[in-house]
Amino acid sequence: MSNDTLTPAPTAAAPRAAPAMPDGHSMTVRDLHAHYGDTHAIKGVSMGYAANQVTAMIGPSGCGKSTLLRCLNRMHEEIPGARAEGTVLLDETDIYARGIDVVAVRRAIGMVFQRANPFPTMSVFDNVAAGLRLNGVKGVDLHERVEVSLRGAGLWDEVKDRLGRPGIGLSGGQQQRLCIARAIAVRPRVVLMDEPCSALDPIATLKVEELIAALKRDFTIVIVTHNMQQAARVSDTTAFFYLGELVEHAPTDAIFSNPGDPRTEEYVTGKFG
Amino acid sequence: MEVGAVSVTAAPPPSVMERGGAARRADPLFKALLTGLAALVLVLIAFFLVFLFTKARIAFAHQGFLSFIFTNDWNPSKEIYGSWPLVAGTLITSAVALVIGVPVAVASALFITELCPRALRQPLTILVELLAAVPSVVYGLWGFYVLAPNLKGAEQVIDDKLGFLPFFGGGPIAGPNYFIAGLVLAIMILPIVSAISREVIATVPADHKEAALALGATRWEMIRTAVLPYSRAGITGGAMLGLGRAIGETIAVAIVIGQSPAIGHSLFSQGSTLAAQIVAEFGEAGSDDLHSGALIACGLVLFILTLAINGAARYLVIRAERAGRSGTRAARAPRPAGGTA
Repeated sequence: MSNDTLTPAPTAAAPRAAPAMPDGHSMTVRDLHAHYGDTHAIKGVSMGYAANQVTAMIGPSGCGKSTLLRCLNRMHEEIPGARAEGTVLLDETDIYARGIDVVAVRRAIGMVFQRANPFPTMSVFDNVAAGLRLNGVKGVDLHERVEVSLRGAGLWDEVKDRLGRPGIGLSGGQQQRLCIARAIAVRPRVVLMDEPCSALDPIATLKVEELIAALKRDFTIVIVTHNMQQAARVSDTTAFFYLGELVEHAPTDAIFSNPGDPRTEEYVTGKFG
Repeated sequence: MEVGAVSVTAAPPPSVMERGGAARRADPLFKALLTGLAALVLVLIAFFLVFLFTKARIAFAHQGFLSFIFTNDWNPSKEIYGSWPLVAGTLITSAVALVIGVPVAVASALFITELCPRALRQPLTILVELLAAVPSVVYGLWGFYVLAPNLKGAEQVIDDKLGFLPFFGGGPIAGPNYFIAGLVLAIMILPIVSAISREVIATVPADHKEAALALGATRWEMIRTAVLPYSRAGITGGAMLGLGRAIGETIAVAIVIGQSPAIGHSLFSQGSTLAAQIVAEFGEAGSDDLHSGALIACGLVLFILTLAINGAARYLVIRAERAGRSGTRAARAPRPAGGTA
């Protein structure tokens, strides 16, 4: 495949069903370095993210896991003084290559943030439709796509009677699922989640975790979490980072039961971090 | 512990909770002083109002209060004082100032906060703020000697082409006119509107901007989706403060409006404003109580107009702040419940 993988996701309507994506999309990172000014935050990381799997990235604060996540859709460079070098492939396309449109990258690789951030001036409906309107998606029934996305985020039954109400009127957990609905409404190939449950109570967290398990049928998911139990519950593979380096990336079971590196073992058994 | 016990028994020192008389009296004194100074402001405003009313009463008695505002004829030589041409001129020039000044101010604020390189931010801010340091009489002179003659050709073309619209098509245009006055006012209100817009835009949470960017928004789309809706109310408040300034501006307008106290045929006709007419006629009114009373009545109308607009601005800004606060509170609410481990 060539650069045309970064054109906006296919817009064919898939009524009442989650979007069907027979061929999943994978990501590969090769020798990635990221800096904030003089700080070298990521020191030559190489790893892969398998299609339609949940990859968790764990590690103590400051290990670079969130920075790496933000490099995956080029949000890292939005921070003043931040830059990244290396190769990040979405399928076969290097998203850092010359001539790649950063806007198209972010349309293909969606993101959910640590703090639920629905647009405060918009209704529930408009929040979900925001990405579609931005991307000027045509030939799609907006209402249908909003409904499908809200169902996909497990939020439809809770908000179907108040689609016109402000999005920030929802509870914290609902707001975060609203943000997930907003991210998947544009049918990205990959969904990045930056500690999506860190501001949620345990029940809301459980709902989002169930949602992640359901979403991987249609999307490749990368999740950063500081919560090891969460990584164990939701992910297929887990990558452990320490001081800007990838220590170990293995199936989640192996990381938690039989880690290969002593540092991983110390971290997952709670000896530091 | 031991040391303390020893010293207490040795010699009873003055308690740390005691203070000298002078120190105790200082606080109430300070309070009384500040209260007095604050009250002085209220007294001054009341004094202004009483002064304006007593001096203006003769004009209102002569002409009638509503007739004074709404009669379209200002003719001191015939003792007819209908200030409508001046009120209209004030509103027209202020409206022109807003229509031209606010978009430029908001654009400059957006550029400085969202687009320009960090190193340029401070110098540009200072540059815009410097516009506020130019004395208004200088703006007036510049408008009269530079803007009016140089824009005359362009104004004529616009006036002819748009003649089918109201406010246009007044035949040959005047050098000093409503539009030039509005343009000068637009430049004069730019610093305040820009400064307030900049502050409001800077309060837009990074969360919302990142949300838009991560959805695949271009920079302009991010501004449209996340920045402008959030700061709209605050920018409106800033525009209202600018309007308050434009309405009261005197010298610059007096120089470039032509001081003809009749409603012109088009945007490019001579006219006058309340403030400009006061400064133009005050000398000749002299000891004529009715004439000077009428001018002071103009001042009263201007005062009320400005007060109303400042009130509206304050209301809008407060509403914007309240909306902003409830927004962040709602977004932060789940925080304390966190902790999923």
